[in-house]
Amino acid sequence: MSRTALARRIRAAAMFVWDFIVGDDWRLALGVVAGLGATALLAGSGIVAWWVLPVCAGVLLMVSVWRASEPNG
Amino acid sequence: MSGAELGLAVSVFLACAVESVEALTIVLAVGTTRSWRAALVGVGAAVVVLAGVTAALGPALTALPLGTLRLVVGGLLLIFGLQWLRKAVLRAGGSKALRDELEAYERELSAARRAGAVGGGLDPYAFTIAFKGVLLEGLEVVFIVLTFGANQHRIGLAAAAAGLAVLLVTGAGVAVHRPLQRVPENTLKFAVGVMLTSFGTFWGAEGAGAHWPGGDAALLAIVPATLLLAFGLVAALRRRTRAAHRIAGEATARP
Repeated sequence: MSRTALARRIRAAAMFVWDFIVGDDWRLALGVVAGLGATALLAGSGIVAWWVLPVCAGVLLMVSVWRASEPNG
Repeated sequence: MSGAELGLAVSVFLACAVESVEALTIVLAVGTTRSWRAALVGVGAAVVVLAGVTAALGPALTALPLGTLRLVVGGLLLIFGLQWLRKAVLRAGGSKALRDELEAYERELSAARRAGAVGGGLDPYAFTIAFKGVLLEGLEVVFIVLTFGANQHRIGLAAAAAGLAVLLVTGAGVAVHRPLQRVPENTLKFAVGVMLTSFGTFWGAEGAGAHWPGGDAALLAIVPATLLLAFGLVAALRRRTRAAHRIAGEATARP
């Protein structure tokens, strides 16, 4: 297989994985990663951290739905 | 069966039912217009690949330390769940069209007819479309089976729930021999989105080192809270859509 064909296949595979995991709104994925990081930081410092991820998930869903439902969203 | 195991079985069953309905529409369309033999060979090939992915990734996932597994799997489930829930809320709120299986079926039919005559041997068009359809819909199911199953060390239960859903949908498809329009796909998607988001939140936070008040019983609060939030968003969206229609109606009625 030529180098160009290989690069094309790798790019296609990467696009598929991105689309499969990240989906329609990349902000959701980024927000979840940030929420997990914040939870780990707080928990590691001995601070109660169970509330961070539910709040983060709720806010992310609200913002994402609201943006997508805007007339030009 | 514990509450978490019941949640696992129900989530996997519903997710698999939704994906199977969508895959069935594709297979029916190419089977009817092109070649049943090629379509079924495509389905078989996709099932073999999916089984291979499950067999390869299942043991690898269960070998991870529990904390790491919950962090990775919880995070992925939460991302997946939020995507499912977002789509279901937008559809239920009227901001996105509901998926219509008959419309999807008609689209596949006309594409299959445009693809040229069916030659001798195995029809490559029917094979490829059936293979891709089942593989792509099936990958989501495999992902849910593996992540849910591995986290509770119950991949067998998850696989059984998925298998039952496939059997039921396939049986119904064979019986009626047309797309399953009456399956409330968005309601199922909504339910799966709520479960994935709830379990993803629970496991993700645990994996990141947090401790839930009440341990596993916290899920009894997380699931209803997620459901309430989703219902609230649907209600708000419906109000917004109605207001937008009213304003548009008033604008066109004005001389």
